[in-house]
Amino acid sequence: MFAQQIINGLTLGSIYALFALGYTMVYGVLLMINFAHSEIFMVGAYIGFFILALLPGILPPIIPLYFLIIFGFALLFTGVLAVAVEKMAYRPLRHAPRLAPLISAIGVSIFLQNLVMLAVGAESKPYPETFGVAQFEFSGLHVNSHQILIFTLSIVLMVALQLFITRTRMGKAMRAVAQNHIVSQLMGINTNTVIAVTFFIGGGLGGVAGVLNGLYYGSIKYNMGFLPGIKAFTAAVLGGIGNIKGAMVGGFALGILEALSAGYISSEYKDVIAFVVLILVLVFRPTGIFGEEVAEKI
Amino acid sequence: MKLPRPIILYGTLLLIAIVGPLLLHLTGGYYAVHVIGLIGIYTLLCLGLNITIGYTGLLDLGFMAFYAIGAYTGALLSIAGLSFWLILPITIMVGGVARLLLGAPVLRLRGDYLAIVTLAFGEITRLVLNNNDTISNGPKGLPRVGEKIQSISLFGFELRDDIHIYFLILAFVLVGILVSYRLEHSRLGRALVAIREDELAAELAGINVARTKAVAFTISGIFGAVAGTIMAHWIGFISPESFTFMESILLVSMIVIGGMGNIAGVILGVLLLVGAPELLRKFLGAQFVDYRMLLFGAVMILAIIFRPQGILPSKRRALELKSENPK
Repeated sequence: MFAQQIINGLTLGSIYALFALGYTMVYGVLLMINFAHSEIFMVGAYIGFFILALLPGILPPIIPLYFLIIFGFALLFTGVLAVAVEKMAYRPLRHAPRLAPLISAIGVSIFLQNLVMLAVGAESKPYPETFGVAQFEFSGLHVNSHQILIFTLSIVLMVALQLFITRTRMGKAMRAVAQNHIVSQLMGINTNTVIAVTFFIGGGLGGVAGVLNGLYYGSIKYNMGFLPGIKAFTAAVLGGIGNIKGAMVGGFALGILEALSAGYISSEYKDVIAFVVLILVLVFRPTGIFGEEVAEKI
Repeated sequence: MKLPRPIILYGTLLLIAIVGPLLLHLTGGYYAVHVIGLIGIYTLLCLGLNITIGYTGLLDLGFMAFYAIGAYTGALLSIAGLSFWLILPITIMVGGVARLLLGAPVLRLRGDYLAIVTLAFGEITRLVLNNNDTISNGPKGLPRVGEKIQSISLFGFELRDDIHIYFLILAFVLVGILVSYRLEHSRLGRALVAIREDELAAELAGINVARTKAVAFTISGIFGAVAGTIMAHWIGFISPESFTFMESILLVSMIVIGGMGNIAGVILGVLLLVGAPELLRKFLGAQFVDYRMLLFGAVMILAIIFRPQGILPSKRRALELKSENPK
């Protein structure tokens, strides 16, 4: 029972972690809560849905190739969408009062949800079972191929992101912008480019998380992004918002916590427990698990 | 823009608020009266939220929780047989105490962290109402089959139609405006603004920051709870669905788009955001009615890009925005 819940929690946690990265990265560079990120996740799920439905008619079923195309497209498209949203809705408000970008993010969220609803309908759609699910059993523990896929792909993407942030020039620029916009500009960094790249990566990872979510739960809907969005955001805060490693750890922690409370306490109250934990963490350790203590400027 | 005789302006507006819905009611525009009533309820909510967001600068993303607490308290007591006028003070107590209990541990959190805690509290409230069967009857809401939320009666006259309730709501809104106005120009109000501007400086100037914040937080919670009770009595049915995160967010949007910290701005924001989808519904015609929320989202983005300070910003805030260099 316990080990089984851990397995479920790790799967769930992988999705939350990928999703949370977008929130935390954007918060890192712009100090804003990007409420439209949950719609990026939803759009990603729909892109995966259409490609999965179309692919078998075009290509012979070579599974690795399928994976590459689906996740590649989802990442690319949602990344570009996130950049477009940033450019149109957030960039004009870079120097506006702090609540202004929050409102325009809500506007974007309402807009995208309704766009998808009008385009594909308000009813939930079953995710195409192009791959089929293989069940494995190890000494009484059930694992299916989707769970393995979700976990592996998330880990690969997270390691790649970590390498990108720590080893490349762009990654370094990103960390610099997160610390101080003006000084980074003085050092010759084009902050607009860095912010666009941040949105691209965060959005792309969110889109992949959306596809994984669709595969795991088997159905999608135009408003599916909302609850996972709040939870991914919770995960980001749990780890310390603005901190990339924190978002990953926070995602897994929240996934496992949710699976355990669903298994041992009550599946109805699993979300309540997640939020109670969030409040407790913030009251007793406001900077999250990995958050750095930032000295208040006076 | 300086108005020579504000009394005339406000008097005219009040007259419109009284006569307009009455004419609509008499000419059969019942749906319009219903929507105007809703605008009144949202005005009450936003006036309350404005005390935390606009005056004190505390971002609250879970305000609907207190609306829900007020609505459920009102509904439960009404089902138990109490009259509205007895329920009202009880709701005020319950709403205020609940708000204070939440506020005490979390008010020392800063900025976005406070926002997240209020968000979480809002969601917890909704989820508990949704999952609890014995008290709140889960997703089916209140009242249960065979029970009834009584309508409000005033001196033996039963307020049954929307227009009756509308005048009750209008009275509460006027009280809300008066309270907000007096608060803004009181010692407490100035202390709140001082905290918004610079918490440390306010503390050094001798303001008890924790207590002042708690008072503001409690007053705004009471606004929410009162609005909830009126709503429950008016509609006669409540369910957790009405108290979602999206609703809390819309309240914040109304305040920001209208103009934070300015009573007239807040009311304008409510009019625009509650009224706009209804007007769009009317003018788009049957075939485009589905596009109204799409347009609504786009309008929200454009409104905030062109007027990031809100349509009618408070004078004090407008001055700050001009003199302060960005970031």
